[in-house]
Amino acid sequence: MRITCPHCGERDRREFYYSGAEDYLHRPGEGAEPAAWDAYLHLRDNPAGVTRDLWHHSLGCGAWLVVTRNTVTHAVLGVETVEKEQDQ
Amino acid sequence: MRIPGGLIDRSKPISFRFDGHQMSGYAGDTLASALIANRVRLVGRSFKYHRPRGILTAGSEEPNALVQIDQPGGQSTPNTRATVQELYEGLSARSQNRFPSLAFDLAAVNDFAAPMLSAGFYYKTFMWPRAFWEKLYEPLIRRAAGIGALSGKPDEDAYEKAWAFCDVLVIGAGPAGLMAALAAGRAGADVILADEDVRPGGRLLSEREEVGGSAATDWVAGVVAELEALPNVRIMTRTSVAGAYDGGTYAALERVSLHLGEPGDLPRECFWRIVAKRAVLAAGALERGIAFPSNDRPGVMMAGAVRCYLNRYAAVPGRRAVIFANNDGARRTAADLKAAGFEVAAVIDVRPDSSAVADGPVYRGAQVTGTEGRHGLTKVSFRHEGALHEVTADLLAVSGGWNPSVHLTCHMGGRPVWNPDLAAFLPKEGAIPGMIVCGAAAGVFSTAGCLSDGAAKGAEAASGLGFTAPAPEIPEAEDAAYALKPFWIVEGKGRAWLDFANDVTAKDVRLAAQENYAGVEHMKRYTTQGMAPDQGKNSNVAALAILADATGRGIEGTGTTTFRPPYSPVSIAALGAGGLHKGFAPERFTTSHTAGAERGAPMIEAGLWYRPGYFPRPGERNWRDSCNREVGYVRNAVGICDVSTLGKIDIQGTDAAAFLDLVYANTFSTLKPGRVRYGLMLREDGHVMDDGTTACLGPDHYLMTTTTAAAGEVMRHLDFARQAFCAGRDIHIASVTEHWAQFAVAGPKSRPLLDTLLDAPVDPETFPFMGCGEVSVSGVAARLFRISFSGEHAYEIAVPARYGEALYRDLVGRAETLGGGAYGMEALNVLRIEKGLITHAEIHGRITAGDIGMGRMVSAKKDCIGKAASQRPGMREGPEAGREELVGLRPLNAKHEIASGAHLFREGHPAVREHSEGYVTSCCWSPTLQSHIGLAFLREGRGRHGSRVRMKDHLRGLDTLCEVVDPVFFDKDGGRARG
Ligand SMILES: [Zn+2]
Repeated sequence: MRITCPHCGERDRREFYYSGAEDYLHRPGEGAEPAAWDAYLHLRDNPAGVTRDLWHHSLGCGAWLVVTRNTVTHAVLGVETVEKEQDQ
Repeated sequence: MRIPGGLIDRSKPISFRFDGHQMSGYAGDTLASALIANRVRLVGRSFKYHRPRGILTAGSEEPNALVQIDQPGGQSTPNTRATVQELYEGLSARSQNRFPSLAFDLAAVNDFAAPMLSAGFYYKTFMWPRAFWEKLYEPLIRRAAGIGALSGKPDEDAYEKAWAFCDVLVIGAGPAGLMAALAAGRAGADVILADEDVRPGGRLLSEREEVGGSAATDWVAGVVAELEALPNVRIMTRTSVAGAYDGGTYAALERVSLHLGEPGDLPRECFWRIVAKRAVLAAGALERGIAFPSNDRPGVMMAGAVRCYLNRYAAVPGRRAVIFANNDGARRTAADLKAAGFEVAAVIDVRPDSSAVADGPVYRGAQVTGTEGRHGLTKVSFRHEGALHEVTADLLAVSGGWNPSVHLTCHMGGRPVWNPDLAAFLPKEGAIPGMIVCGAAAGVFSTAGCLSDGAAKGAEAASGLGFTAPAPEIPEAEDAAYALKPFWIVEGKGRAWLDFANDVTAKDVRLAAQENYAGVEHMKRYTTQGMAPDQGKNSNVAALAILADATGRGIEGTGTTTFRPPYSPVSIAALGAGGLHKGFAPERFTTSHTAGAERGAPMIEAGLWYRPGYFPRPGERNWRDSCNREVGYVRNAVGICDVSTLGKIDIQGTDAAAFLDLVYANTFSTLKPGRVRYGLMLREDGHVMDDGTTACLGPDHYLMTTTTAAAGEVMRHLDFARQAFCAGRDIHIASVTEHWAQFAVAGPKSRPLLDTLLDAPVDPETFPFMGCGEVSVSGVAARLFRISFSGEHAYEIAVPARYGEALYRDLVGRAETLGGGAYGMEALNVLRIEKGLITHAEIHGRITAGDIGMGRMVSAKKDCIGKAASQRPGMREGPEAGREELVGLRPLNAKHEIASGAHLFREGHPAVREHSEGYVTSCCWSPTLQSHIGLAFLREGRGRHGSRVRMKDHLRGLDTLCEVVDPVFFDKDGGRARG
């Protein structure tokens, strides 16, 4: 698997640390209902198809990335930095 | 026996040994061709029945000729395919799977017991009772059915791994691959041309034919010369591409020095990862056999392999041959044998209507019905027009057609497609993104077809990347149609073998179907067909054709088993290259490492770091004597300890304080410059992640320390918190762990020591407990933190790493003059347990702030990571949660040991799991308290101070009655650290 880091270019997946689904980006605000926290912490889809997950370019620039990929074809459909995603 | 010609170098004779016999061959030989030239026919015994077996093929798919190669120095490599192993001076090979000798193998008795050992034998026989497996069945099977043996010694040979990158990877350097590489290379693409063979050329090296009006081998040499001259083309021979993976990544194994008697410092093999924008698969095709009774006798050989040995190696596999085939191509074998001066006794063609001409008597519509010869073929019997015939022969060349090498196209889940016209599976288009298939691998079997297909596909791959050039001219070449009638098995008495390597017969496959293991994957597991080192390359298609026939589903409906990487065997040592010793666990050394080692300190591994355990002195009986002395330094004088391994993270920016408030449970935005605060970090799930101190070095400038163990995890966590939750804010984070050497100077005489060292004495106003600031050591700017992990008046002093060693030696020297000295991890651990300070022994991942008595540190005034989850019922402090809380343990008898990992029970309760109320996390002998002590988690333990618990360690056989106490054993009010 190869991931194109927006900062560093195309790199082998061994340079990256895999963290899990992008849900982790959408942190509930203070005072959110327990159900929102439950969903945030524990509930994850397991799609056969397009998924978005978090990778850390730990042996590269240190950027956290959102990688859009297809779990069936293994195609990597897009890579964006978490910082840019969150800025939007 | 040799004939003239071939691609061997007769000016370089080579002597080698096989089963102790001295033999000779030439440079350019494989072990297989040299054995054939030395008239060796019997090369091994089969896996299950120990039947005599000879060389079947001339390639990496060989199922029979697996030998053990003995290396100088006692290493030995089993299961080496003699057809791949190049000959070198002094090579020593042994046949496998026989005892006591190849010709007389006692276990051949298995062959007579064959009716008992048929497919499903393991399932049926070794079912019951279960206890018999380990002691009886398994050792029995292992002894009887082994292929080769390991040396039993660790493999200390060198292996390598490497990466390569290219625009176009061409897999296979036969006529199609050479043309593909030429087309892409001329267009300017970066090309890697990989082939498992020693030299490029593929089948052209083995056939008598012309390309472009000259000998095929000359044409190959011309193309190779041009490719070698192109700076953008790299030819990798002896390199088999073994797997196709996501993102255009291919695995390949290069045999770097396996062909050298004296490899010097070369690695044996190199495991390549090749990243290619496009790939052209030109892997060719593998000839398949026909199953007939006794088709496994030495002397039965694939027809194409016979041509290879004759034409490429000038080695003669037999002097009187029979050809058995269902296609025109095999007739070439007869012609080649005849041209070399050997007799062709019969050409037996299963097709009644075949019109192809041949050298030798042709029997149309005939079938081979059996063979004879104890250790090698002597006679072939066949049926023709209703009559049985027998001919004397020592070679039977068989061809059932060709199977395109589609394996790599299946590595990402693609299933090959059955083509009834070719009676073969062809690659599914687009099965590997970026890969196109050409030549025989795509079902194009003539040389002319391969040349033009290769040129077209090479150009296509290059132009897809923007490289274009006129397509290379296609030279004239053999262009016969692929004429074949599908034919898999001759019915008759006697066993017809499919999988030679695993001893699977046609009958076994039918038995599988009969017993309802009718799916192709079930049949494979039931019979073990296709599970040997050749992975069914010689038998898969025939086996599933027979299964298709038995179930009536047809080949298309039967499908294939899954081809998985690797295409051909890859040694584990090559896969793990670089992962031995320091490659597995690199060593991180502190700047004081040498100084510590000079003092004889045994090192303790902390992650990748090496830290001194203790510093032995003459007269000390054991580590505990040393540790007790070192604890005394800190409690009574001054001790020095390298604490550089703790993670150090520099955090700056106008939003840095708010950021710290987010990542720490407690508040940092109120921390003033020149002050240090203890911080507790939670995971978002509410459990404790790490702890440490953070110093405010100046406005908007902080230095966080983490535990040694969690330094990497915390850095990653901070990166995430900043990028995910603070995008656009002014926060800058950098790990500076390696930049600073930091030493604890701990004990009542720490300040006097520093006063002699620093350029100006320590000012108590600037450096109260939990103060920090800049100081100067011999003109070097340093940082001083008044923090304590021992409970004593203590400092940590940090200098740029390059001054670390000098400062450490200086500090220890000064400490010794004050009655102190260096202390190691053991003493550090005792000091912190005496003070009830936690490490990752306590914060092990399932611990809340409340569990360690820090529930109130989770600030109510602000949000933080982990706050919401930490407030869940069951996570909060208090009796309703019934959580296990941090306590201290003191044995009633001070000399009774406490042990980490031991469980705690109520007095009088049985010490069984159901009654466990907690467990010990840390323990030591406290020289200060003259008692064993421990830290533990105990259910609602904070309310149980003064009560008794029973500590039971089933592993070490300890049973200690303890008093539950406050985890701070020593100097409870903390006066010594503050004073
Ligand atoms: Zn990067």
